[in-house]
Amino acid sequence: MVERSPFANIFAHVILIIGVLIMAFPVWLAFVASTNAPDTISNGQMTGIPGGHMIENYYQTLFIGTTSTTRAPVGMMMANSLIMALLIAVGKICISLLSAFAVVYFRFKFRMLAFWLIFMTLMLPVEVRIYPTYKIVADLGLLDTYAGLTLPLIASATGTLLFRQFFMTVPDELLEASKIDGAGPFRFFKDTLVPLSMTSIAALFVIQFIYGWNQYLWPLLITSRDNMQTIVIGIRKMLVTQDALTEWHLAMATAILAMLPPVLVVVAMQKYFVKGLVETEK
Amino acid sequence: MASVTLNQVGKVYAGGFNAVKAISFDVPDGSFCVLVGPSGCGKSTLLRMVAGLETTTSGEIRIGGRRANELEPMERDIAFVFQNYALYPQMSVYDNMAYGLRNLKTPKAEIDARVREAAQILDLNDEILSRKPRALSGGQRQRVAMGRAIVRKPAAFLFDEPLSNLDAKLRVHMRVEIRKLQRRLQTTSLYVTHDQLEAMTMADMLVVMNDGRIEQIGAPLEVYNHPKSLFVAGFIGSPSMNFLEGIVVDSGVLQLADGQKLGFDAAKFSTASGQKIVAGVRPEQARLAEEGIDFNRELIEDLGSGRLIHGKVGGSDFTVLEGAVTAPLCQGKLQVAAEALHLFDAASGQRLSA
Repeated sequence: MVERSPFANIFAHVILIIGVLIMAFPVWLAFVASTNAPDTISNGQMTGIPGGHMIENYYQTLFIGTTSTTRAPVGMMMANSLIMALLIAVGKICISLLSAFAVVYFRFKFRMLAFWLIFMTLMLPVEVRIYPTYKIVADLGLLDTYAGLTLPLIASATGTLLFRQFFMTVPDELLEASKIDGAGPFRFFKDTLVPLSMTSIAALFVIQFIYGWNQYLWPLLITSRDNMQTIVIGIRKMLVTQDALTEWHLAMATAILAMLPPVLVVVAMQKYFVKGLVETEK
Repeated sequence: MASVTLNQVGKVYAGGFNAVKAISFDVPDGSFCVLVGPSGCGKSTLLRMVAGLETTTSGEIRIGGRRANELEPMERDIAFVFQNYALYPQMSVYDNMAYGLRNLKTPKAEIDARVREAAQILDLNDEILSRKPRALSGGQRQRVAMGRAIVRKPAAFLFDEPLSNLDAKLRVHMRVEIRKLQRRLQTTSLYVTHDQLEAMTMADMLVVMNDGRIEQIGAPLEVYNHPKSLFVAGFIGSPSMNFLEGIVVDSGVLQLADGQKLGFDAAKFSTASGQKIVAGVRPEQARLAEEGIDFNRELIEDLGSGRLIHGKVGGSDFTVLEGAVTAPLCQGKLQVAAEALHLFDAASGQRLSA
């Protein structure tokens, strides 16, 4: 919009405020529910204002857990989710950097074949190859382990493509200057390529951390022991109860807790994230 | 300190393109050799072969008496200055200069001493040393690139058109700086440029290349005064040499296309009667006068210190450079002294000799 009449200004803001309210209302309700006593919620007496049980509810959620469904403290689930998300994000960044480095800077036999094989995995997400992947992980004895949880999600092409595109924009002279300065391939990678890729790495970290944190289907299949539950699985289990009341105050506290780490990561890395996605300055 | 010797060096690319054809020359220890030629003549390829950035497909390269063909770039004991400087953008100026030495596992104290020494030579202060390359001006980047080369104390400097990214004024300044620095350090240097003025002013030894071959090797003035071929005659010198085609009608007499006659020194050039030749005249060695051959004036360019008069002689373009602008412009005739003529065989393009 070029002209800025007061009416257009107010109109735009009204629309935006309505949007924010629609987005924020459920979150606010969840927060309110997590601060009320369980009977207040189940009796339908909950108001729009936080209740007085916040500290005890969050304490029980984090360190004790629900009494009937998950039998494990949410603090542990968060630790599991955090480990999984970090392993996936870091693992994927390492694998992608190395494979993009190989594809761009080395002339080996079947280089293009390797590239296309990596490229094709874009078309095969975990959901499509879930049976063979499960079989392999089970045969390797990796059920209920962090390795089984993360390895199949680390292998994919998005990061490799991102770094490949970036490496192709790095001037050849930098490689040649490194050669003359006596830096071998690994030195060049470590001293020049990785520092130059920092913003792309940050962007990929944010995307992969949230991807890992939000995983539902794969952890559901691969983990069965209580102490390997992730927080997303935990929420789901809390809501479905057979013969007891759903402990809504705990479930909502868990939902709020589950939201925090991705929000923190995005807020902390937002600057680099945006820079990494729009990076054109060379 | 070392000499650089090329012996029948050639380069054929995988696609079959023959970029460099059996080139041999020897750059003596401590001298400044300039490779000059038009774009695509193979001069940069040749320099990159000496550096080890391109493979050499035939012949032998020796640096400091040691065969270098199979050596990695860093084992060749050379330093390379790139056209776009290729400074590491993520490192400070100091780290840019220290990087090569660190890779050589040089002791920290010595690295620091050498970087400080180079910085002092190049007039880079501490504040500049701590900056990133992107915060530097073009001239400063150029100096950092030089610094990265000199801290290594290499056997040879290799320059790949290092001044072509600078503006005209800075280029002249850096040209002098580089030459002074090289005189001071006495390091053997190979310098590639397409700018014949840079080539003339900087070189101890000039190698003129064309189409993957050497056209002429010599001191700059020798090349200027005795170009061995039409190509060299036209390439070296600015404004470039005028060429007039003609036929030898008599010993020491050349008849131009429009029938006018021009005298030359028959003792200096052996010609056969009826031979087709091309006569070359440097613009500053021709003079407008009341007497002489016909000259059709078309355009005058004032340079301040002198003037360029463009016109035609017998259908060919001809330019005269007058040093001082004091005299009023003479009309219509051109005088060329017999000793100012360079004669080339029209068929082969080679200089005629006595």
